[in-house]
Order: sequence, then C-alpha cells, then structure tokens
Amino acid sequence: MEPTRQARAGTPWWRGRGLVIGVPYGWLLLFFLAPFLIVAKYSVSEMGDIRVEDLFTWADGALKVAVKFANYVLVTTDGLYRNAYLASLKYALVTTLCCLFIGYPFAYFMARAKASLQPTLLMLVMLPFWTSFLLRVYAWKGLLDDGGWVANAIIGLHLDKALLAMGLIETPGQLMHTTFSLLIGMTYTYLPFMILPLYANLSKMDLRLLEAASDLGATPWVAFWRVTVPLSKAGIIAGSMLVFIPCVGEYVTPELLGGPSTLMIGRVIWDENFSNNDPPVASAIAVVLVLLIVVPLALFNRYQTQAEEAAK
Amino acid sequence: MNKRALFSAGFAKNFGRTWLVLGFLFLYLPMATLVVFSFNHSRLPSHWGGFSLEWYAKLADDSEIINGLWLSFKIALLSATGSVVLGTMAAFSLVKYKRFTGRTFFSGMVSAPLVMPEVIQGLSLLLMLVAIQHAIGFPERGLVTIWLGHLMIGMSYATVVVKARLQTLNPQLEEAAMDLGARPWQVFTLVTLPMIAQSLLSAWLLTFSLSLDDVVVSAFLSGPGATTMPLVIFSRARLGLDPSVNAVATVIIVVVAIGVAIASILVARNERRRAAEISAAYRDDS
Repeated sequence: MEPTRQARAGTPWWRGRGLVIGVPYGWLLLFFLAPFLIVAKYSVSEMGDIRVEDLFTWADGALKVAVKFANYVLVTTDGLYRNAYLASLKYALVTTLCCLFIGYPFAYFMARAKASLQPTLLMLVMLPFWTSFLLRVYAWKGLLDDGGWVANAIIGLHLDKALLAMGLIETPGQLMHTTFSLLIGMTYTYLPFMILPLYANLSKMDLRLLEAASDLGATPWVAFWRVTVPLSKAGIIAGSMLVFIPCVGEYVTPELLGGPSTLMIGRVIWDENFSNNDPPVASAIAVVLVLLIVVPLALFNRYQTQAEEAAK
Repeated sequence: MNKRALFSAGFAKNFGRTWLVLGFLFLYLPMATLVVFSFNHSRLPSHWGGFSLEWYAKLADDSEIINGLWLSFKIALLSATGSVVLGTMAAFSLVKYKRFTGRTFFSGMVSAPLVMPEVIQGLSLLLMLVAIQHAIGFPERGLVTIWLGHLMIGMSYATVVVKARLQTLNPQLEEAAMDLGARPWQVFTLVTLPMIAQSLLSAWLLTFSLSLDDVVVSAFLSGPGATTMPLVIFSRARLGLDPSVNAVATVIIVVVAIGVAIASILVARNERRRAAEISAAYRDDS
C-alpha cells in the first residue's frame, strides 16, 4: 500500500515520500553508521604520541594504508581482556538463568490468574520500567551494605556461609561489592524484561491442549513439562535475549554493586578510553563485543524465521 | 502416593499465589526501603534515627542537584520530541513504503540501537563528535552532544511503538480520504495522525523517561559543566550511601507514579469513549 503513489508524479523528491524516508535514513547514516565506522577504523589504528595515527596517508604520491591488527591481538590474547569478556558472558548467563527461574513461574501464574486481575498484575510488573534504572540499582546498595536489613537478614540466618561456599562472596558478613550483590542487582533490574515476553506468550496459550493432555492420562506435572514449556519456547528465547544482551555490556550495575573481582567489559572500554586515553584499544574491544552479541542474535533470528516458516 | 495428589489444584493455587506475592515483594521492597530511608534522620541505613524531612530541606539548597535536574529536563524534553518526530517518520517509511532502496538496511539500522550496548553507542558517538570538533571546532561537549546521543536511542524506541500502532491501522481509511481528494499531507494530519495520537504520546513518555534516566551515554558525551541528574546521582552513589539520593529518588518516584496514573486514567477514558462511539455507530447502522 503506497498511499502517495498517485501524488508522486510531479512532486519533487525532497517532498512527500522522499522526505519521510530521507530524514530518518540520513539521520541513521550520520549518527549510527558513521560513528560505528569510525570505531572500526580506530580499532585498526594505533595510538600516536598524542593523537590517533592516521589510517590513510599520502606519501610520494601514493596512498599508504596502515592497517594494524595489534589491538585485536592484544585484546584477544591479554588475560585482562579475556577474563573481562568471559566474566561478562558468565554473569550475563547466570543473570538470565536467575531471571528465568524467578520469571517463568511468575509469568505462568500471572497468565493463569483471574482474567479480571491480570491487567492490574501486568501494570504492577510494568511500573518498575518507569522508575529510574539507576535508582533501582542504588536501592540494593542500601539493602546489602553493612547494616542494611537484607544484609542483616542474610547474616542472621547464616546464609552468608552458603554464599561463601558457593563462591559468591569472599568473606562472611561482607555482601556488598561481591559477585552476589552484582548478580542480585542485575537480576532485579532485568526481571521485568523476562516476565513480559513470557507472560505475553503464556497468556495466549490454548488451555484446551492441557485438557487434551489430561484426557490422554498426563498428570499436571507431565503436562506442564511436555506441553506448556515446549509451547512457550519462543517466549523463553525472547525473554532470555532481552536479559542476556544488555547484561553483557552492563556498566552501571557492576560500578555500583560489583567489586574488584567482578570486572566486566563495559568498565574496561570506559577505562581504556578515558583513563588510559587509548581509543584504538577501546574500539577493538567494542568491535569484539559487538561480534559476541551478534552471534546469539543471528541464531535467535534464524530460529524465529524457522518457527515462522514452520507455522505456515 | 500418586502424582496427581502431589500436585493437586489446591497446592498449585497456593504455590502460585505465594510465588506471585514473593515476586512482587522482590520487585517492590527495595524501592519501598529507598523511600522509607529518605525520611531517616540518621545517615546510616542500619539505624533508624527517627522521622525527619531534613534531606528534603537540604535538597532545595543543593545547586548541583537542581542544576542537574534542570539540564536533564531540558535534554529529555528535546530528545523525546525529536525522537517522536524521527521515529514516526521511520515507522511510516517502514509500514507504508514496502519498497525503497536499502529498506532492509534501514530497518536493521533502526532496531540496532535497541540491542547495542550503551557503552559502545556512547564510545562511537564520542569518537565521532570529537573528530568533528577537531575539524570544525563544533560541537562542544555538553547539552547538544548528550541530546544527540539520547535522540539516537530514543528514535529506535519511538519507531517500535509507533510502528506497532501503524501496522494495526486499516489502510482503507487513508485510501478513502485520498479518493475524496485529500492531499497526502492532509491525509496524514486529518486521518492518520488522530488515529496514532495515543501511540505518539506513549512513545513520547517512554523516550522522555529513557532520556531522564540515562547514565552511560550521558557519561560518555557530557562535558565540563554539563552534569545531568543521573550523573550527579551516579557519582554520589559510587562514593557510598547518600540520603540526598534517597530524597531525590522519592521525589522522582512520586512524580512518575502521578504521571503514570494520570496517563493510564486518560487512556482508559479514551478507550471507553472510543468503544462507546463504535457501538453507537453500529446502532445507527441497523
């Protein structure tokens, strides 16, 4: 449907259709693509004395291109960077699993609650979206710092021993600036991102399928695992992507709740750029991070296309 | 014991209720604690020193916070408005024009900022803006650069919201207007715009709150003297607990709660009116 087709003849390109497409297109080329190409260019450049060395130089009437992969070699072989990448992936994965563990039953019971109650429940899950992300992270600082009531409760119940045994904290009684505080902060802030797609999926499920399963002799438990869970696969994948991807590049939560042992890649990019004043290395880290995120996204897209084709 | 008894309906119901209640407690208790401790006379979170409004009183004299709030508000206003304009154009392009050069590339670029880590967006825009500044001496890092960063992310979100609404519109209404001689611009302002107005409002509110809340992109793009509210809060929170942050947080939460309540009442009323009009139209028909 192109409503302006009739009107197009005789309209200059910069009005109507050309303008509607051209403005956002040009904007994205200028402020999304161009900056990214600059990052790509920086990542194969090297730092001069003060400024980044030029990639292209004219010498003796010929164009000299000085592409250097030293940054990539550094970023992929140096233990500091490798550990930061691995830590980011690990914490993002654990956060995703925690969100799934809390969020799946939550979304499930939400979708099976009384129909009149559901809009209110949905509203209550969405409301945290509207309150500041930063403040939600900060709130945990007050809870887990020495003397915070959650910290007191955990220590009072001797649960800190269990956390210590699991390697989530380093010294008993010290909960802030540990892996534990980082994971709880990320799980807390990203939980609604897991619940919403799962709820959308589960609330659309045809409940007659469960009746059919029951008629065929399945117990509710078996029906849940063999009917409900497989049918909600798309919701599980969507929710997991929504949690996993932003967690990998997370900067604020590790800064406020993490500690020296939880260095994540977002912080490393920041430090390389501002503290070490080395944009080329920061750019190389960023390019590798994009690749790390693009791979699961591509798999997700392929799965979605396959699912759509299978549905046809 | 057979399994059917183990997972009886009653057990499942109670388990479900408990899980929901615990889940909501998990979502809301931390924020509630934050609010309660903004009224604490003592500086420490471990100690309740009695009810006090002193942190709110101090807020009024805290020029760093007041200036940050004012700057954030200006940037949020500008970026929400810009995002909705750009996002509506992008959504319109994607929904109405099925074929133009580089459409797939365009749609990829529109949604890329949604999945790109903010650290990378901040870094890439910073590197480009610094290069431009070296070349032509403009722009200084500050309000304009932060605005550009927020606009880039906000545009993607606005596009998603507006696109979802545009896709549900019946194209026959626009075609009818065109058959009756309306020019494309008139079709848009008289037919399309009123129908998507509500989605424009939600896109505006969403991008406004995203901008008001952003830390990472702002941190990359801010310059000396341009410290937004979240940056003030972030730098204080990094140093430790600060009751002034709790007080600001409470003010923000109250304002947001009032805003969301008003918006949802308006939306509900609008929907009721629309439903009434539609049913009235059908009654007239028969």
